[in-house]
Amino acid sequence: MTPPPRALLTTLAPAAADVGPDPGAVASLGPSLRANPRLGDWLDLTGPGQVRVRSGKVELGQGIDTALAQIVAAGLGVDLARVTMAPPDTVSSPDEGYTSGSLSVQHSGAALRQVCAEVRAACQQAAAETLACEVTDISMDDGTFRCADGEVDYWSLATADILGQQATGLSLPDPGGDQSVVGTSVPRLDLPAKVVGRYRYIGDLHPPGLVHARMVRPPSRGCELMAVDLEPVRRLPGVRLVVREGSLLAVVADREEQALRAADALASACHWSTSKVSPLDARQSSFEAGAVTEVLQEDPDEADAPGSATGSLTSTYSRGYLAHASIGTSTALARWDGAHLQVWSHTQGVFPLRAALAGALGIPEQSVDVTHVPHAGCYGHNGSDDVAYDAAMLALWLPDHTVRVVWSRQDELSWAPVGPAMRACLSAQVDADGAVTSWTHDVWSNGHTTRPGSMPERAFLSQALADGIPTPTAVDPPLARGAGAGRNAVPGYDIPHRRVRVHRLTDMPVRTSALRSLGAHLNVTAIEAFIDEIAQQAGRDPVQYRLDRLSDPRGRRVLQRVAELAGWESRAAGQHGEGAGFGVGYARYKNMGAYCAVIAQVRLVDSVDVVALTVVVDVGQVVNPDGVANQIEGGAIQAASWTTREAVRFDGPHVSSDTWESYPILRFSEVPRVTVDIVDRPDQPALGAGEASIGPTAAAITNAVADALGVRVRTLPITPDAVVAAIAEAR
Amino acid sequence: MDTPDPTEAVSTVRVNGVSVAVDCAPETALLYLLRNDLGLTGAKFGCGQGLCGACTVLVDGRPVRSCETPVWTVTSRDVTTVEGLAPEGAPTVLAEALGRHQAGQCGFCLPGIFVTASALLRQDPGVDEATVRLALDPHLCRCGSHNRIVAAVLDAAAQSTADHASAGSG
Repeated sequence: MTPPPRALLTTLAPAAADVGPDPGAVASLGPSLRANPRLGDWLDLTGPGQVRVRSGKVELGQGIDTALAQIVAAGLGVDLARVTMAPPDTVSSPDEGYTSGSLSVQHSGAALRQVCAEVRAACQQAAAETLACEVTDISMDDGTFRCADGEVDYWSLATADILGQQATGLSLPDPGGDQSVVGTSVPRLDLPAKVVGRYRYIGDLHPPGLVHARMVRPPSRGCELMAVDLEPVRRLPGVRLVVREGSLLAVVADREEQALRAADALASACHWSTSKVSPLDARQSSFEAGAVTEVLQEDPDEADAPGSATGSLTSTYSRGYLAHASIGTSTALARWDGAHLQVWSHTQGVFPLRAALAGALGIPEQSVDVTHVPHAGCYGHNGSDDVAYDAAMLALWLPDHTVRVVWSRQDELSWAPVGPAMRACLSAQVDADGAVTSWTHDVWSNGHTTRPGSMPERAFLSQALADGIPTPTAVDPPLARGAGAGRNAVPGYDIPHRRVRVHRLTDMPVRTSALRSLGAHLNVTAIEAFIDEIAQQAGRDPVQYRLDRLSDPRGRRVLQRVAELAGWESRAAGQHGEGAGFGVGYARYKNMGAYCAVIAQVRLVDSVDVVALTVVVDVGQVVNPDGVANQIEGGAIQAASWTTREAVRFDGPHVSSDTWESYPILRFSEVPRVTVDIVDRPDQPALGAGEASIGPTAAAITNAVADALGVRVRTLPITPDAVVAAIAEAR
Repeated sequence: MDTPDPTEAVSTVRVNGVSVAVDCAPETALLYLLRNDLGLTGAKFGCGQGLCGACTVLVDGRPVRSCETPVWTVTSRDVTTVEGLAPEGAPTVLAEALGRHQAGQCGFCLPGIFVTASALLRQDPGVDEATVRLALDPHLCRCGSHNRIVAAVLDAAAQSTADHASAGSG
C-alpha cells in the first residue's frame, strides 16, 4: 500500500538529524514519550519480518494489546500479523507508570504513533539512499520500500542506528492513520487462545522447582494474633516453611494441596484478639465525621446568587463498599537467587511495584525486576501488588526456589482493597421555570487510592499485618488527573453558582483504593438522579430538561442519539407494563474524557431486574470499534451488577460477604440486553473507553427504578430491601 | 464398575482419553492434579468452593467443578478437559463462534464456559437462549461478556444443526 502523499510529505518534511531537537516539538511528544524518548525503547525490529512492540501499559483484559498493535501496524505500514506485543517488564519496557484512568490509548497509543512516524520517515530516507532514488519516488507496502530500481525493507535497513535515536517530535504521524487497520474491528489477538484454555495467565506459570504458598489472614481487620503453635504445621507432609511475623502468617509446601492443608491447620491453631474496628455506613449521617474538606469548584458571587429562586431541593445518595470481585484470585510468583529478586505479577504498574517492593524489602531497586503476566480481569487496584509482596517476601526465605502465592477466594473478598463507600448530598435552588439558580454537591468518601506508588511506605497488606500498623490513609488523585472521590462531582450542565466540595474521610476501618471510574459511579448517579428530581418537580421531560442546559455539542449528540435509539418518546406507549420503568443517565467521564448517555429499562416484581440498556458513546477517534463496544458493554453490565446487587457486607468488624454466595454478582440469566452505539469522530483525539459507561449506566438504572416505583431509592445497591426501606420512608 | 475407595492411593486416572499415573493424596482436588501434575491449565482456580465455574471439566460427559472433586472419586471415570474438547490445530465450531462474536475480554471464565457449553450442545444441539443462559448460570463472568457468549453458543448450535442436517441429507 502506498502512503497518501500528504502523509508522505509530512513524515519526510524535516530530516531529524539535520535539525536537532526542537524544544517545542519535544514538548508535544506527550508524557510517555518524553519520559522514554529513545525510539528503540518502544520498537524492536531485530526479528526478520517481525515487529516487537514494547509498551508500559499492561493487558488487563481490556484488549489494549490489540489496540496498540493496530496503531503500530498502521504507523509503520506493516501487516498486523507481523506485530507482537512484549509483556511489560522493568528490564526493557518504557516506564509508563500505571495502566489506569482509561488513558492507555491516549498515552501509549500516542507515543507509539509518534515513534512509528519517526522510524518510518527515517527508514524511508535510508531506503532512498540505499536505492539511490528520491524519497518521493518510493512506495511502501507491508514494510518494504520500493522504487523503480529495487526494494529494501525495514529489516534489511540499518534500523539499529535509527532506533538508537531519540524522538524529536518533528516527524508527524498522519492524523487519519491507515484506516485499513486503525478504526477497524480487527479480532483480538489474545482471544483464540483464551476461548480454548491455552492462554497463559499468571497462575498457569509452572517453572521447575515451583513451590506453593498460601497466606492465613486474621478473621477480621483489627484482630491481633495472640498465640499460635507452628510446630504441628511444620511437621505436615510437604511443608517447607511456616512464617509468622506479628499477625502475618504464611505456609509454603511442595505441592499446592499440601499448602492448602497446612494453611487450614495453621488457621485452626491461631488464637486471635477481638477487634474493635467497625466499618462506616454511608447510609448514616455519622459517615460524615472526621473529614478533610477540599473545594473542587466554587463559582464567584455565591452570596449574590440571583434572588429569583422560588424553591429548593436537597437529596442524599450513597453506595456501600464495592469489591473488585475478579474471577481469578490475586496471584504472584517470585524467585530470589541471593542477589537478584525476580517477581511475576499482574500489577497495573511494573515500575511503581518494583520501587515499592525494593523499599519494603530493603533491597536496592536495581536488584529487583518485575515482569507483568496477565490474569483475570482487573478493574482497579486489587490485591495484585499485595500478593506480589507476599511472594517476594517468601522468596527471600527460600533462595533459589520460585514461590507461587495464590490468595483464597476468602482472602480476595475480605482483604483486597475495595472501592470506598460514598455519600453525596446535593442541594439546589430552583426558579419558577424549574431552572437551577444555585447548586451544591458535597461528597464524603475515603480516598480512592492506596497504590504503593501513592503511599509513603508500608502500603502492602502483609507489612501492616506483620508490623501491627494501621492501614495507611487513602488519598485522591488531583483534579487535573480526574480527582478521586470528586471524580465527576462537578456537573457537566450549564448551571450557575456551583459549589462542589469533597470531604475525604481519614479513618480507614476498611482499606480502600481505586476501582473502575473511582468516584464517578456515585457522583454521576447522584447528579443525574437529582436532575431528574428537579425536572420531575418542574413537570419537565428528563431528556429535554438535560438538553436545555447542555451546551457541549458532543454531549448533546450522545443524549439525543440514545433517546432516538431507545425510543424514549414512545416509551410510555406499550412498554410500560407493571413494574416497568425507564431512566436516562449522562456524563462526560472525568469531565474531559469520553461522552456517554444511557437509557435503562428495569422491571421490579420480586427482584430489581435491569432488562435493557441502550448506550451511546463518543470516545473520539476509535482504534477498534468492536473493542470499544466490548468495553462499553462490559462496563454497563458491571455497573448494573454494582448498582442492583453489590456491597461488601459486614458482621461487626468481619467481612461476611466473603464467598460468591454472600457477594453475588449478576449471572447469565440476570444480565440486561445491551445495545451500544458509537458516534464516530475519526478527526478527534482518542478519549479512552474503559470506564465511561459506569456512571451513566448506574444513573439510568437509578432513574428507571424511580420511574417504575414512583418512589426514589437513593441508596445503592438498589436491592429489594432498599426498595422496601425507601417505600417505608416515603410514607 | 469398581467402587472407589478413598483410603486407597489412586494409581491411574483417565484424562482426555489417556490413562495417566497419579502420585498424590487421594483427597487431592482434581483441579490441582490437572494443573500441576498434568500441565492441563485450561481449568482455572477461581474460588475452590464450586461457586464460580472457572474450574469446570467433564466427568463421564457431565460438567463438574474440579476444585471440589477429590481425585479418588474419578478413578475409573472419563475426565475431559477443555484441552481434550478443543485440541490444538483442530478448530471447533464453538471456538470459532466465540471468536466470531469476540465473546470475551479477560477470558478467565471462558475455558470453563467452553466445557459446559460443549456438553450442552452435545446433549441438545437445538438449544434456545433461555436454556443456554440457565446452563451457564453456574459460571461467573466479571467483564460483562455474557451476551456475546450466549450469542456465540446459539450461533454454534445453529451451525451444528445445519451441519448435521446437511450431513444427514448428503
